[in-house]
Amino acid sequence: MEENKAEIRAFLSRYFRNHNWQDDEDIFASGFVNSLFAMQLVLFVESEFAIKVENEDLKLENFRTINALAHLIERKTASPTHA
Amino acid sequence: MKIELNAQQKKDQATFRVFVSEEIVPHAERYDQEEHIPSELIAKLAQRGYLGATLPEEYGGRGMDMITYGLLNEELGRGCSSVRSLVTVQNMVAQTILKWGSRHQKELWLDKIASGDVIAAFALTEPEVGSDAKNIETTATPAGDSYIINGHKKWITFGQIADLFLVFGQCDGKSCAFLIEKDAPGLSMEPIFGMLGVRASMLAELHLSDCQIPRENLVGGVGFGFVPVALFALDLGRYGIAWGCVGIAQACLEACIHYTSQRKQFGVYLKEHQLIQQMITDMIVNVKAARLLCYQAGYLQELGDPNSIMEIMIAKYFASTMAIQAANDAVQIHGAIGCSSAHAVQRCLRDAKVMEIIEGTTQIHQIKIAEFGYQAYANN
Repeated sequence: MEENKAEIRAFLSRYFRNHNWQDDEDIFASGFVNSLFAMQLVLFVESEFAIKVENEDLKLENFRTINALAHLIERKTASPTHA
Repeated sequence: MKIELNAQQKKDQATFRVFVSEEIVPHAERYDQEEHIPSELIAKLAQRGYLGATLPEEYGGRGMDMITYGLLNEELGRGCSSVRSLVTVQNMVAQTILKWGSRHQKELWLDKIASGDVIAAFALTEPEVGSDAKNIETTATPAGDSYIINGHKKWITFGQIADLFLVFGQCDGKSCAFLIEKDAPGLSMEPIFGMLGVRASMLAELHLSDCQIPRENLVGGVGFGFVPVALFALDLGRYGIAWGCVGIAQACLEACIHYTSQRKQFGVYLKEHQLIQQMITDMIVNVKAARLLCYQAGYLQELGDPNSIMEIMIAKYFASTMAIQAANDAVQIHGAIGCSSAHAVQRCLRDAKVMEIIEGTTQIHQIKIAEFGYQAYANN
């Protein structure tokens, strides 16, 4: 879990330099996010953690914070049909 | 680093080229003039699996990788941008359902789209909303087990013959996407004729007047119609268009190589004139550059790399602006005959102009690419 969070944090820092992201910080409320980044975030989560984000995962709560993303990844990787 | 097609990709490329040269190129001027793609050609595209090119085999698709799909778009674009548009849009909608649709939607539609039994269209643009797509005015109102859709869609590619529309709207101010069948109550279609380019893409306006559809037709959930559903589709659309532009420019290049080798002025073939050579050189170099950008974008898209979105935008921007320059020079080289409806280069010029507008205008791309640059290259 912590390793995944570190990877997510590293991804965010590629796009938002000079910002120290907290695990519970609302990414979408930060004012940094545009639609392109939102798409890139989905692709990052899928390619980096070998999961498929599907329609039932489309809830803002799943993507809102580093913690939420880490939980989504953990839940999807635990599922036998994740890839 | 190795940039080379594998054996299967080369084989597929050769097959696409023969198909386009035999089945599309001889008829493309007629399609353009009649503003119509015959159903016989659509059946041939379906038979070869091009309408479900990117769908997995389990849904009757060809399961093409992104590079092979790009090669298909290039070859179709070389022959006729309207035909290329049909394949691009069909695959845009198919992939969107595959990615963001419910299990029921996938089972209901994907094999029909792959077989060509269903023609699918992408209905985002409205009379008052083009580039500012987040602010579409079509509304969806929940009503029991249904949504009531009201709105007006315009410039919908193959809307004249589509059986299924992926329609975007707002529900309580949140973006949403719906699958709407052509015979849904309250949906009416009006053909659009007389466009500048891509004239055989059978555009239509859609009027949605208290159009009632089941709730299960929602794709991806309320609030997710624009991001990720529409942007996912547009990303694939942009990729197909970028490759299609390479095809337009390749067609222009090949036409110019042929014509300048046949026609003499001032006692020598046109190809002996250095100012002609300059235009040919620019075409060769720019086509190659655009194709390499498309390869790069396709490679990253195949990997699911987050950078693929921007690389596709860069490829589309370069390829579409390159295509119009190549087509403009091709008409110039051909002179009067290049302005005649008998010759493909005039169609290429008109089609290339449209490529600068659809799936994000040149100016929207310039804004987005510059934003990316300031993010990527700052503090390096």
